[in-house]
Amino acid sequence: MAEVQLTGITKRFGGDAALEDVTMTIPDGSFVVLLGPTGAGKTTTLRMVSGLDTADSGSVWIGGRDMAGLTPAQRDVAMVFQQYSLYPHLTVRQNLEFPLKSPVLRTPKSEITRKVAEIAEVLQISHKLDNKATALSGGEMQRVSIGRALVRQPSVYLMDEPLSSLDAKLRADLRIELKSIQADRGATLLYVTHDQIEAMTMATHVGVLDKGRLIQFGPPREIYEQPVNIYAAARLGQPRINILPADVFGGAPSGAHHIGLRPEHIIQGEGEDSTVTRVERLGDQTRLHLTLKSHDLITVTDAHTALQSGDVVKIRPDKPYYFDANGARLT
Amino acid sequence: MSAFSVTEPSSRTKWGAGILVVAYALITIVPLLWIIATGFKSPTDSIAYPPKVLFEPTLEGYVNLFTDRTRATQDMLDRAGPPQTWYEVIVRKRGTIITGTSRYGERFLNSVIIGFGSTFLCMVLGTAAAYAFSRFRVPLKDDLLFFILSTRMMPPIAVAIPIFLMFRQLGLSDTHLGMILLYTAVNLSLSVWLLKGFIDEIPIEYEEAALIDGYTRFQAFYKVVLPQAATGIASTAIFCLIFAWNEYAFAVLLTSGTAQTAPPFIPTIIGVAGKDWPAVAAGATLFLVPVMVFTILLRKHLLRGITFGAVRK
Repeated sequence: MAEVQLTGITKRFGGDAALEDVTMTIPDGSFVVLLGPTGAGKTTTLRMVSGLDTADSGSVWIGGRDMAGLTPAQRDVAMVFQQYSLYPHLTVRQNLEFPLKSPVLRTPKSEITRKVAEIAEVLQISHKLDNKATALSGGEMQRVSIGRALVRQPSVYLMDEPLSSLDAKLRADLRIELKSIQADRGATLLYVTHDQIEAMTMATHVGVLDKGRLIQFGPPREIYEQPVNIYAAARLGQPRINILPADVFGGAPSGAHHIGLRPEHIIQGEGEDSTVTRVERLGDQTRLHLTLKSHDLITVTDAHTALQSGDVVKIRPDKPYYFDANGARLT
Repeated sequence: MSAFSVTEPSSRTKWGAGILVVAYALITIVPLLWIIATGFKSPTDSIAYPPKVLFEPTLEGYVNLFTDRTRATQDMLDRAGPPQTWYEVIVRKRGTIITGTSRYGERFLNSVIIGFGSTFLCMVLGTAAAYAFSRFRVPLKDDLLFFILSTRMMPPIAVAIPIFLMFRQLGLSDTHLGMILLYTAVNLSLSVWLLKGFIDEIPIEYEEAALIDGYTRFQAFYKVVLPQAATGIASTAIFCLIFAWNEYAFAVLLTSGTAQTAPPFIPTIIGVAGKDWPAVAAGATLFLVPVMVFTILLRKHLLRGITFGAVRK
């Protein structure tokens, strides 16, 4: 396993910048999740590290070695693709054996058999080993494709939304499984997703990307509690952070343009009057949709609340974030 | 009365479709059956009018196809003695005697060498070119592809005279190599275009996965792309083989002896001893066999190949 360093990576497709001066260090043994919507540059970042694409400028270092000019095979990386990842003319077993049989690894036969059986067990696909890859369900295909990466011990694992096509239950299981495999092996893992639950539960570090720029990089807790701007604040938290004009409650510092309130940063019973527009009962919690001076916001309240839509509730902010006109956080 | 169904055609539609298919099949297969039947007729039966559908089969056509014969004088018959083999018996009935084997076997072998040779070469070059056009940033790609296709826009025979002169200069006239190169050149445009279509359909992610899995570009091509392109390669090969196998005009013009293929040879059989239609038909029948076997072997691929590319999976 190895540390991965990106320095000043810029990549353009046509005139559009897919990545703009991205610099980050992925520590050895860390689980780094890249978070951002479609087109933010997450997949492009993975492809830079893998060597499938090369940067227009900047460099990639893996384990202290400059990767410039090295092929994907020479970089010793394993990658899980979002789709189309299984070789359709091979069986599940042959797919899993494929990387081990490569001219780079040339694994002995007994070793291959052992590793394939072990990974198939973990991913619950042992009974499908002799099926054709095309005869699997979407979830099974995705598990085989994760397995094809996990049979190896590369310097870094790259995963591009590997859980996105799985059903909720399997996704939850595999989240835990992946995290424990990574922790056991001390593997360095770079993981792309737009699912914030995956980011919060698995990551040791989260990188927030927006339009090719790295906005913030740090432990998930830090990004949740100390977002650098509105964009980073909106990436984590469910329900999302409420962004209102800074002056709705008064007491805003100078230069503040927006106030950011996470649902748990709203205290009920004192402050300004707001009207309940909807009550969503989720069982363990209840979400209140409120209107305050014609601004909509969402907060959470007691699961057994007696509030109904139309009721008036007093609210005030508690430890809110303030942002300037450009969306940067004021500290 | 049955209810209307989108997926299940009515029985009347099924019958109609069935009759159409059978009628079409009959129209296409009757000439074929006629040639096969004629090969087993006696010369008299072969030109009988009205045509004979039922006849006494004989192998005379096939014997004549493979032998050279001459009208026998009594003196020759005395020297040869009684016929030793079944085919001598057949020949003697006509008052002729076998003087040697005909050239049909050699010509047939030439067809096999030239047809399969050019098909093989065409597949190797075509797959490589199609892969490059499909995957790499080739300068002037669209222009090059159009240029390749444009070689097909006139009948190849239109350039027969320049080719004839070039072949004479280069010493390629009447050689296997010359004919293989010629048929490869004619077929290559078709194979590049067809194969590019097939390779375009294979998502590039498979090769990328193989690159990541520790393989080189060429190994990824060989281990991942080729097996998936097998269907396309097989159906393209059939088209190339059929063209090279049946080609007549260039073969007449550019070959006369050593490298002559079967198509220009078969009609010359007529002149050997009167109008020997059964021998001609026998030659044509045998000539069908290799392409038929090749097509049947690759039939599964051919059918998929024709629809492949039209439907997105």
